[in-house]
Amino acid sequence: MLAGSLIIFPLIAAILVFMAKGKGARNLALGFSILQFALSLVALFQFKHNPASHHLLLNCTWVKSLGINFAVGLDGFAMLMVLLTTFLVPLIIVTSFKNTYDRENIFYGLILLMQMALVGVFMANDGFLFYVFWELALIPIYFICLMWGGENRGKITFKFFVYTLLGSLFMLVGLVYLYNNSISLAGTKSWAIQDLINSGRSLGESQQSIIFWLIFIAFAIKMPIFPFHTWQPDTYVTAPTQGTMLLSGIMAKMGTFGVMKWLLPIVPLGIEKWGGIAIGLSIAGVVYGSCIAIVQKDYKRLIAYSSFAHVGLIGAGILTATAQGLQGAMLQMVAHGINAVGLFLIADILLRHTGTRDIDKLGGIRSMNGNFAVLFLIVMLGAVALPLTSGFPGEFLLINGIFQFSATAAAFAGLSVILGAVYMLRSYQSIMLGDRKDSNITFGSLDGSDKVVLIIICAAIIAFGIYPKALTDITEPAVKALMQNLK
Amino acid sequence: MKGFLVISILGVVAMLAEIFKFKKILLPLVVLGILAAYTLNFMEWEHPFSISYFQNMIAFDKVALAFTGVILITAFFWFILANSTYENEPHMVDHYALVLFAITGAIMLTAFTNMTTLFMGIEIMSIPLYVLAASKKNKINSNEAGFKYLIMGSFASAFLLFGIALVYGATGSFDLNEIRAYIASNPGNMPSFFYAGVIMMLIAMCFKVSAAPFHFWAPDVYHGSPTIITALMSTVVKTAAFAAFMRLFMIGFNGINETWTGILIVVIVLSLIISNITAATQTNVKRMLAYSSISHAAFMLMVILANVRSNLSVNAILYYSLAYSIGSITAFGVLNAVTKYGNENFEEFNGLGKRNPLLAVCMTIAMLSLAGIPITAGFFAKYFVFTAMMTTSYKWLLILAVLTSAVGVYYYFKVIIAMYFKPATNEEPVEIDMGGKMVVVLTALITIIIGVVPSYIAEMFSN
Repeated sequence: MLAGSLIIFPLIAAILVFMAKGKGARNLALGFSILQFALSLVALFQFKHNPASHHLLLNCTWVKSLGINFAVGLDGFAMLMVLLTTFLVPLIIVTSFKNTYDRENIFYGLILLMQMALVGVFMANDGFLFYVFWELALIPIYFICLMWGGENRGKITFKFFVYTLLGSLFMLVGLVYLYNNSISLAGTKSWAIQDLINSGRSLGESQQSIIFWLIFIAFAIKMPIFPFHTWQPDTYVTAPTQGTMLLSGIMAKMGTFGVMKWLLPIVPLGIEKWGGIAIGLSIAGVVYGSCIAIVQKDYKRLIAYSSFAHVGLIGAGILTATAQGLQGAMLQMVAHGINAVGLFLIADILLRHTGTRDIDKLGGIRSMNGNFAVLFLIVMLGAVALPLTSGFPGEFLLINGIFQFSATAAAFAGLSVILGAVYMLRSYQSIMLGDRKDSNITFGSLDGSDKVVLIIICAAIIAFGIYPKALTDITEPAVKALMQNLK
Repeated sequence: MKGFLVISILGVVAMLAEIFKFKKILLPLVVLGILAAYTLNFMEWEHPFSISYFQNMIAFDKVALAFTGVILITAFFWFILANSTYENEPHMVDHYALVLFAITGAIMLTAFTNMTTLFMGIEIMSIPLYVLAASKKNKINSNEAGFKYLIMGSFASAFLLFGIALVYGATGSFDLNEIRAYIASNPGNMPSFFYAGVIMMLIAMCFKVSAAPFHFWAPDVYHGSPTIITALMSTVVKTAAFAAFMRLFMIGFNGINETWTGILIVVIVLSLIISNITAATQTNVKRMLAYSSISHAAFMLMVILANVRSNLSVNAILYYSLAYSIGSITAFGVLNAVTKYGNENFEEFNGLGKRNPLLAVCMTIAMLSLAGIPITAGFFAKYFVFTAMMTTSYKWLLILAVLTSAVGVYYYFKVIIAMYFKPATNEEPVEIDMGGKMVVVLTALITIIIGVVPSYIAEMFSN
């Protein structure tokens, strides 16, 4: 029941927020999202207490004749991703307090609807349900970007939508193929994940290869992985800040999470044959994204490319199918999610206070606001994965995992750490340090809401950097189970 | 059968309304009549007592009843929607009577078991539509539409008749079941003109469902006809034509699949490619919907092509027809309200999100459904087609279907982008009458509801 309420609650909340009037909507949305976080903490408590508890599973029939069930559950992976989602959404809502959007009730309602779909994607244990939530997550974010985005949003968000939809349709074809080949215990076709896994494994190498590409394309576009990333920088820059946070903080993780849960166990032969190429593409994206980030002038665009590079590394780590790679990926997904929200908030703060995000025009902000400089520094160090920040353990394990796969690949992946330090430190230096380049630009004290969010994010970065075990404890059994499944 | 009788009597009664001066209560009468027909239809579904009528000319089996149900539901919404258009129309009575006769023909098409009833059904349905398409007498487009539709429709009917004659010549029967039995008892022993007859009938049916390359009439007719008549053509008529197509080929000519599947594949491929690419370049929403209807026809034809375990196919086509009809009713309802004073270009939708948020939301749902996005009905419709096709050896068609669906998203979303993103050219709010609003909202809700709970319709025929 607990599992079901994690999905139903945000849906009800979204409907109530849609109906709210004026300023009430934002407070209502914040309240509901905090309640949702509390609910997921209850789930975590239950999970710690007894991972096999029936409270964490829900399975009811949806369309009987087609073997479709509303089956959701929390394993280690899902638990962590649900916690990340429910932790970030309230923060994202708070960051919007200084922006004024028209039709606020729709805006916050869509965010909560998005949360419902995201939680659904992470919890689904039924292939069909997974697909439905996967597509459902696209609709609110599309409207958030379309209605409140920046310049030229019509074209850009449209490209984003068609790109991701095309990918998911291929995934649907792949999943339907698996479904058609599946046999449940009762002897009928079934969408249950275990039946799909058995179905995929019973196929030969050539068929598994086809399925691998059909499904992988959907995930690759969502993450995104080179060369399917062309929608990403423009969309991240054009979307309203909260939209970008949802996209890079949580939605990009749908792709990496999908590879872990819906690709690795289903087509092991396909991974064996094509995993190398997929890892090559991911790492090519890592290096490519980092190089482009170095020359960016717009700070938001810089973070967009850095986000592309980071997620590419996570994808590569997962595709190695090693325990270190998987564990590192889980850690890095959380770390990057938190970091991305922090960095995009900083980009938004810069724009709001100074009217520009151009790195060359900004300068000397540290002398105007020391507190902001410290908070920015911590978030930035988290992004370059300095030891004792949350980025470090994840990145270390990821590169470790990639090294087991191929030393050359690990060398290139390692480049990303160096390049990441280059663009992050350079941009920090240019924005915060030195003298003011433009005397018209002033930077007053931070707003309360921004300060609160940045402090929470910095605290999380340091806490998970010092004690990553809090996270690995949750995912450890799931990683073990998955590795067992891969053998 | 009783529903069928009620609708035909209703048509006659409608004609009398002018003479006996009950024009004012005609609409309530028609709506109540349709509801009564639906109830009778439903009772027949629960307790079938006599399935075939008139010496096996027509048979209201469960498949026929289900499709009749879909037609009656759409007709119900259509009449309420049409009220605002026809309120001040001096020839309102004639229009109502013609539409009711067209619906009678449509119901006949869902239930025919004999080639003569097939032909009669098609003619009873089409002839009123020729008139209705041309019903805006002083608009040149409308005249063109009516004329084109008449010429093309007659051409298709001629093909159909010729086909029927050849098939009759080979098998000695008009009865579908007898033809089927004859084919089964003489495998590989049919004269070659029999196959020519089957293919001619296939071509005629492709004309009627407007599948490429027999689609040339559709865009002009859809565009030229009054919007409300276009709505009728793309819902009731489409459903009936597909019910007939399915009956004819899945029952009558089931034994000789290999004769017609090759041609059908070509038709499907052409329909998918031509319709979607042409639709993407349209500037007129009605023409866009016309081309998109060709693409939906291709999807439904895929089910007929798959022709697996017939209950699965029937469910798929039934669900697809319902999802498509309901989505179209919403779309045309909004289109009708938006374009009341202007043309039907995409620009008319600019800023609808501000001018009338409710209509914009309903239109969005309709577009999402037609594009096949979960959790709308259109998604399950496409999904059923996918599962049906997956069991055949034509899996490659699915890749084409997926690629062209993505193109489909492009033109459907052009409407959504116009509504929410483009600044309004005309700030005044869009008005819609109470009945129209009710229909648009209800159909949008139904789209969501059968998208979330598809089981009832998807499992209608379980064996």
